[in-house]
Amino acid sequence: MLAFTIYLSFAGALLLAIMPSAWSRGARVFALLVALAGLAVALIAFVQAGAQGTVAIVDLAWVPAMGIHYTLAADGISRVLVLLTGLAAVAGILFSWNIGDAEGDRANEFFAFFLALIGGVYGVFLSVDLFLLFVFYEIAIVPKYFLIAIWGSTRREYAAMKLALYSFAGSAMVLIGLLAAYAQAGSQTMNLQTLALHPFPIGFQMWAFPLVFTGFAILAGMWPFHTWAPTGHVAAPTAASMLLAGVVMKLGAYGCLRVAMTLFPHGLDPWGFSFLGIGSWRTVFSLFAVIGIVYGAAVALVQNDFKFVIGYSSVSHMGLVLLGLLTLTQIGIDGAVLQMFSHGILAGLLFATVGRIVYVRTHTRDLGMLSKLQLGKAMPFAATLFVIAGMASMGLPGFSGFIAEVQVLIGAWQAFPWFAIVAGVGIVVGVAYTWRAMQRAFFSDEPALDAQGAAIPIPEYDPVTWPEIAGTILLAGASLLIGLYPRLLLDVIAPAVQALPHALLTGGR
Amino acid sequence: MIPALTILTAIPAAAALLALLAGKRVGLAKTIALVATAASLALALRIWFGLGTTGSMHFVEHADWIPSLGIEYHLGVDGLGALMLLLAAIVSLMAIAASRKVASQPGLYFALILLLESGLFGTFTALNFFHWFLFWELSLIPAFFLIKLWGGEGCGPAATQFFVYTMVGSVALLLSFVALYFATGSMDFEALANMAATGELTAAITAHLGPISLWLALATLLGFAVKVPIMPFHTWLPATYSKAPTPVTMLLTGAMSKMGVYGLLRLALPIFGPQLAEVRTPLLILATLTVVAGAWAAAVQKDLKRIFAYSSVNHLGYCLLAIFAVALPSASSPAIALSQTAALDGVVLQMFNHGLTAAVIFWFLSMLESRSSGVLGINDFGGLRKPAPVFCGLMGIALFSSLGLPGLNGFVSEFLIFRGVFPLTWASATVSVLGLLITAAVILTVIQRVFTGPLPEQWKAFPDLTTAERFAVAPALILMAVLGLVPQVVLGTVNATVMHWLAGWRL
Repeated sequence: MLAFTIYLSFAGALLLAIMPSAWSRGARVFALLVALAGLAVALIAFVQAGAQGTVAIVDLAWVPAMGIHYTLAADGISRVLVLLTGLAAVAGILFSWNIGDAEGDRANEFFAFFLALIGGVYGVFLSVDLFLLFVFYEIAIVPKYFLIAIWGSTRREYAAMKLALYSFAGSAMVLIGLLAAYAQAGSQTMNLQTLALHPFPIGFQMWAFPLVFTGFAILAGMWPFHTWAPTGHVAAPTAASMLLAGVVMKLGAYGCLRVAMTLFPHGLDPWGFSFLGIGSWRTVFSLFAVIGIVYGAAVALVQNDFKFVIGYSSVSHMGLVLLGLLTLTQIGIDGAVLQMFSHGILAGLLFATVGRIVYVRTHTRDLGMLSKLQLGKAMPFAATLFVIAGMASMGLPGFSGFIAEVQVLIGAWQAFPWFAIVAGVGIVVGVAYTWRAMQRAFFSDEPALDAQGAAIPIPEYDPVTWPEIAGTILLAGASLLIGLYPRLLLDVIAPAVQALPHALLTGGR
Repeated sequence: MIPALTILTAIPAAAALLALLAGKRVGLAKTIALVATAASLALALRIWFGLGTTGSMHFVEHADWIPSLGIEYHLGVDGLGALMLLLAAIVSLMAIAASRKVASQPGLYFALILLLESGLFGTFTALNFFHWFLFWELSLIPAFFLIKLWGGEGCGPAATQFFVYTMVGSVALLLSFVALYFATGSMDFEALANMAATGELTAAITAHLGPISLWLALATLLGFAVKVPIMPFHTWLPATYSKAPTPVTMLLTGAMSKMGVYGLLRLALPIFGPQLAEVRTPLLILATLTVVAGAWAAAVQKDLKRIFAYSSVNHLGYCLLAIFAVALPSASSPAIALSQTAALDGVVLQMFNHGLTAAVIFWFLSMLESRSSGVLGINDFGGLRKPAPVFCGLMGIALFSSLGLPGLNGFVSEFLIFRGVFPLTWASATVSVLGLLITAAVILTVIQRVFTGPLPEQWKAFPDLTTAERFAVAPALILMAVLGLVPQVVLGTVNATVMHWLAGWRL
């Protein structure tokens, strides 16, 4: 039944695309209903499957001559990420409720692209056939491009093109790796589970692994291939930023785990020699991940555009995901998957606060301008929301981020203590940039003075609307729920991680 | 038995006479052309569905013609031939539908298009060289006059260049097959392929003419190298594609460029397989060059017609890559045979897919041209999505098919080609991936410059597609989606044909 998440989204997108553009108010209601239906399916399937292993969904011959099947199935990791996608989709539509208010918004097209993107993401998380996975992965690229290029802001054409080309370059690398694996394994099947059992020669894995891992990690925002992420996030309209950071970057991390690491676990083995203390692809990518954590946080600390702060924080948080995966320990990978869920929710919440709630009312994202607006008093809802989301994002116990980051760090400590220490520093910088942004945007002491030095009265902003409140409750509630009772997800994630190829859970020993 | 293939070739030829009689009456001439082509399409569909699953030649017609010269009237189609008949009929139908304003002599114009169509049908069905060559040349003449008489500014030199280049290739081809005739006494494709498979052919050439079989293979290749084209024999193409009237460009890129690939599959690989294997490496380098440099050349063009002309070079480059990759010198293993099958499946599908997609893209360009009174520079437009959302949405589908987006036709064939080529020659395949990336950048740039961005004042009232136009392009777009989602509808028959080839060829 999980397959209906995909079908509903694409059917909804198609209907919206052919809907007369005059019905823009109807478009968002319709899109919300479709997204809610998808979330309901994801939730029911999540509850029904419980801690079960892989649940088969559908298996049909598609291109039999090439051994390509339409095979969908979901293990615990997939079910958690599908649930995240459902939440992000509903929240994204709630926080784009202003699209369709004005004439010429072309809301139906906007939501058509939005749902097509969601459908592609669901598809990637549920595909077991590599061909199918690649198809959905590519399908997800195009709507991203249009959402940014048409409805975006700052340098949108540049950002959209950059994002699309980075994505295509990544998928080209993935394609080469997949074809090589398919040919190497005898060209009989594209089934991920079958291929994972094939003993690929070590020499083959040594080049296929870094190729495919990098291809996917580009989309996960791995340093030094992360540069599309901040520009893309900033240029994108709020809902697209929420999806980009919330689920699209997760596609990359998911691909790293599900394809690169599962198919080529021995690509992580030591090379047999070391250069400057680096002796394996695992160390190389872990180093990239750690640099991403610290670099992303450090750059976020000096940004003046509020959205860039969140954009770079995503790079930092995704670094933690990659580091967690590369620890090759049960607890580290558990933590990485949980961090994917947690960051998906929290990045959505942060982008919603900055891009929707604050920006739509003040028309600025410049922290220097915002600091003169006394938003803490003028917009108490936004201030409270940002405090909650910021605290959760910096890893305060009680929210989902804490439990995820702790697990990643424990795993990293077991695998490579030095990286764990540096990553810890990155998390401290994370506290600093969140604090700074919060301080400047909402609780600045700077008096609100105009050019002549006269005090500006606190302006009356539009009141908070119901979709904003509903979206906030959904996302903040999910984060709090998981933070307080992480077993809801961990009990599902842990068995799935245990079922990964044995070579992946050796902790590097 | 009804001689279906002869009838198919005769329908447009007969209609060409009628269209000529229509003279200056545009509507009448166009109607004659449309009806005749629709009838051809129906017959081509009947032929396609009559193929069965064995992959061998069907609808074979055999009769003596000039027995003293070994020339027979020998027709037949397998999965490749029948698919090309369908493509030729579909593209002709679209080209005729897209011919809205014919400046002068509409009767002659439609007669020439029909004659070209007849030449295509003949080329894709003939199994004897003499007969095949007749149609190969016959299709060239209407194309020349269509470019010269109805083309844009500077079309005269373009037409001449097109004619001369193709002619040089044809002469090389002719010489090569005359030599084969002297050596073997046969011009029949199947007979020659059988002799090649047993090794008799090379022996016969060496015995009668000396050790020149490699040169004969290269001469044959030259004929097709110009037609497809293979870089560096492509220089005629951009000028021809951009100066020809757009409906003729649809025919040139959609159907005529496939004659070259068809020749490689029907003549070059089966008859000169071992010789091609000898020069496989330089050929692969040229094919990779065609893929990458074709895409790059498209990236630096400023005129939309030229962009898609070079993009066609890139897309057919994948076919060349696969064809040269399967020409292997050594005995085959099951894994290699599987890769060869995938690569050739991909080639045949790519021929159809590129023909369909390129024809639709040029159709949209002709509609763009007629709305912009001839302006087609990439920087002349912008923001057309606002005044013409349906135009941009539907053209966007065709563009994404060209980009190779999954779910549309182009992806399937390109994926099959890469899947097949990678194990056969990983280096060429890896470098050629660059072609995919550059093409993606090209297509996205076109979308960005033409569809999005600020809307110039002069296009504020850009008319969207009319209802008639929407219904006219819809079948082609639906076909793209169907072939992308359920490639099995075509792939089953194609795969049977390719398996049949590989069982008989010596590769």
